[in-house]
Amino acid sequence: MLKNRIIPCLDVKNGRVVKGINFVELKDAGDPVEQAKIYSDSGADEICFLDITASNENRDTIIEIVRKTAKECFVPLTVGGGVRNIQNITDLLLAGADKVSINTAAVNNVNFVKEASKKFGSQCIVVAIDAKKVSENKWEVFTHGGRNKTGIDAVEFAIKVEENGAGEILLTSMDKDGTKSGYDIDLLKTITNRTNIPVIASGGVGTLDHLYDGIVKGGASAVLAASIFHYGEYKIKDAKEYLNSKNVSVRL
Amino acid sequence: MNVTIVDYQSGNISSVINSFTEVARGKVNLEVTSDIKKIKSSDKIVLPGQGSFKSCVDSLNSIDGLVDTLKDFVITNKKPLFGICVGLQMFADIGYEEAKTKGLGWISGKVLRINNQRGKFKLPHIGWNEIEIQKESKIFKDIKNKSHMYFVHSYEFIPEDKSVISATTDYSSKIVCSVEKDNLFGTQFHPEKSDKTGLKIIDNFLKL
Repeated sequence: MLKNRIIPCLDVKNGRVVKGINFVELKDAGDPVEQAKIYSDSGADEICFLDITASNENRDTIIEIVRKTAKECFVPLTVGGGVRNIQNITDLLLAGADKVSINTAAVNNVNFVKEASKKFGSQCIVVAIDAKKVSENKWEVFTHGGRNKTGIDAVEFAIKVEENGAGEILLTSMDKDGTKSGYDIDLLKTITNRTNIPVIASGGVGTLDHLYDGIVKGGASAVLAASIFHYGEYKIKDAKEYLNSKNVSVRL
Repeated sequence: MNVTIVDYQSGNISSVINSFTEVARGKVNLEVTSDIKKIKSSDKIVLPGQGSFKSCVDSLNSIDGLVDTLKDFVITNKKPLFGICVGLQMFADIGYEEAKTKGLGWISGKVLRINNQRGKFKLPHIGWNEIEIQKESKIFKDIKNKSHMYFVHSYEFIPEDKSVISATTDYSSKIVCSVEKDNLFGTQFHPEKSDKTGLKIIDNFLKL
């Protein structure tokens, strides 16, 4: 039976982890490679890096981090943030990423998703959708961390990226992100029902119950979380044992 | 011992290189190349494969003499080869991804899209799934039945001779996820992304 995945996400800025694990045993809390290794050793099903470096000049930094991490972590590694063209994807994959996550560039031009999945295969193309609720059962795609309104319907866009070859959707609720009040279950449920590719739930996790809701109520194939793991509130193992105790199948 | 990972521009093989390098360190001389001479003189070959069946077969064919060299290596000289993901699928006679495409024909059978029961099972089949070992395989030494492996695929290999199947995994039906036929080994899952268990499989192959 296919297991539900738990994916810790590390935000990286200028080569340093911004929101990171605060364990005493860490030599350098800002080192993304060391943090990724800890997650992978503790049973994370995948690792996700989100490069939130604002400028383009520092692209090489994330490439170097990916290169080092890929030599030490033997679970899938997804990298997102600033992926704008085929060259960016080539660079990340050559450095050792297994998947790349495309956000703004997919919204600007859905053909980019098609081109990328044709060139590299759907298996490594994740489209990250940031959605915000605009009315009852209606969500809109936002870009630039929720600042820019696009006027595009999130559900329709999800269907469109699937048609264009995306292998997975990383769905973040901008309303829930950072609130620790749980995923937007209605949004998740709507999109998982309307698409046939795996959906990774993101934005809003504060408790282990929220992970359960994302999978069981929302229909997500994987759950992504940042802060509940970073601040040591829960370990990956706690999350897996909890889900297992509630009959959600996970890799133990 | 010389082991060659065949680099035929089949997409992203960095992870295969990284994990084989990790396991081979200090024990095995690892080459990543499409150089026919080097392939001929290796003791073992790793054949990765990402993207579609058609694109992988096309890439193999685009390198002059590569397919014949691989065939000699496997069929005539009976030296060990490990196919991963589409690398395994290409053992088949024929594949149906993108377009009907002739495979290498080393193990009779075909490669079809997974029957996902009208959308009941999402495709691609992505994530960790348990393997059910069907027969003893040299690459499964010290690997427990029901171990978790990492999968990413939408197509499955259906061999004619079921006795080559060394493991299956459950996703809408029993999908063939590992084969062994004489000196030929293949996994549908990615040992290079399957954490310590996956590295152990790589180690088993390198130790053959």
